[in-house]
Amino acid sequence: MTGPGPMRESFEDRMATVEFRVAPTAHITVDGDSCRGCSTKACVTACPANLFVPTADGGILFNYEQCFECGTCYLVCDTEGAISWSYPEGGHGVVFLRS
Amino acid sequence: MAEEFDVVVVGAGPAGSAAALVLARAGKSVCLLERGPFPGSKNMYGGVIYPRILDGLIPNWWEEAPVQRWVTRRATMVLTGTQSLTVDYRTEAWGRPPYNGATAYRPDFDAWLAGKAVEAGAVLACETTATGLLGAPGKGGIRGVRTDRPGGEIGARLVIACDGVNSLLAKEAGIYGKADPHHFTLGAKETLALPARVIEERFGLAEHEGADFEIVGCTEGVAGGGFLYTNRETVSVGVVLHLPELAASKKRPEEIIASMKANPVIAPLVAGGELVEYSAHLIPEGGWVMLPGLVADGMLVAGDAAALCLAAGIWLEGVNFAIGSGMAAGETALEALDSGNVSAPGLAGYRKRLEGNFVLADHRKLRRAPHLMLSDRVQHRYPQMICNLTEAMFTVTNPEPKKGILAHTRIEARRAGVRLGQLARDTASALRTYG
Repeated sequence: MTGPGPMRESFEDRMATVEFRVAPTAHITVDGDSCRGCSTKACVTACPANLFVPTADGGILFNYEQCFECGTCYLVCDTEGAISWSYPEGGHGVVFLRS
Repeated sequence: MAEEFDVVVVGAGPAGSAAALVLARAGKSVCLLERGPFPGSKNMYGGVIYPRILDGLIPNWWEEAPVQRWVTRRATMVLTGTQSLTVDYRTEAWGRPPYNGATAYRPDFDAWLAGKAVEAGAVLACETTATGLLGAPGKGGIRGVRTDRPGGEIGARLVIACDGVNSLLAKEAGIYGKADPHHFTLGAKETLALPARVIEERFGLAEHEGADFEIVGCTEGVAGGGFLYTNRETVSVGVVLHLPELAASKKRPEEIIASMKANPVIAPLVAGGELVEYSAHLIPEGGWVMLPGLVADGMLVAGDAAALCLAAGIWLEGVNFAIGSGMAAGETALEALDSGNVSAPGLAGYRKRLEGNFVLADHRKLRRAPHLMLSDRVQHRYPQMICNLTEAMFTVTNPEPKKGILAHTRIEARRAGVRLGQLARDTASALRTYG
């Protein structure tokens, strides 16, 4: 793949096209400690919202705020119990308008 | 317990709304839960609704359904990096009642169908997430759901779980088993704004007519496919990616979309389109082989939650399967409520209903299709072979005389690494499946 070109919007611009009503509490939590033992970290590239960020110490930083609530992360995760996954509280989370 | 209904339906997507509509019309008290701010707000798909299943439920549905365009052009494209072969079918018949396929924004379509259930008397509660089941199979049965509303237990004689592809309620009831990533694909999509006139010129459409392109060979080697379809003033372009292959490839979904959009065949169709929404959703692609349990004591499961989404290559359908299964769940619930037996055996008529119509008949007939479609041959070798074969047939190499099609096939099969025995077996398998 080529890097961002002049016609390519940044990932932030891409996510800015999506409406999120951010809940006060996280609906997904990631146990960064168990991620340290994971060599694949498939969540990092597969998450369509790019919410999983590898840290320098081999762990994972996760932010729930722009989550599509799709389920990709827990399905590709190799580490039992690393991701605890549920839906956001009612009325919150992603709001599609032209999907 | 705050409220008591005959039935609580979880999820106001097409499955849930169809079930609620059937039940409310028959006079049952129905609570229809939706965790989003409005029905459809969590839903996303690959573009075409085939609504004829609504004929019996909402006569002349086409006069009121919030449709973007009626699909009159259906193309299947095979791409390699430098070649393309397209089967492009157009008919004016699909642009007239009763129509065939329609493009629509799910937030519009799903909200419309939920509105039909509300008109019939169902109580729609949005912004309400079902957090678990009341009761359990075998222990007096499921008797309603917990929600995240204050005091939000909702009692019901029956629960219909239409809570989508992640099937959290069916998993809690113990009828889903362990989800296998091999049975799922990720759909990622861009909605791009273009003036209606430009869309009509580029795709050769009249006003209200739409095009739907299904594409293989455009996903950077990750098993799956692409799609491109027209709305009124946007085009939607996206990819469907087999989860384990996506994970192993270390490629990002939006980069695979970008690569497809850069293909010289696709680029002119989407040029200048401004991104107005990016979206993603999982698809239960396993079909027949991943079918979960459909009923438990006090519960029925419909739509994506029951993996009733058809991903059979040349046929890609979901909303109609959701509506069809939701209707059957509603009819079965009616029968069970009237007979007083809401146990799993009392709900056995659900599977019979689905087997008796397209929902399970199509899944059973096409049970080999998802596996075949995601195979290395169909994904990579055959697209390359068929493009090379077409190129060889139409390349004039005078003074050499023309070779026959069979001679070209033998040469191109060898070049693409396809063994003729395997080709014959796949052809036979395809005929058994699709014939």
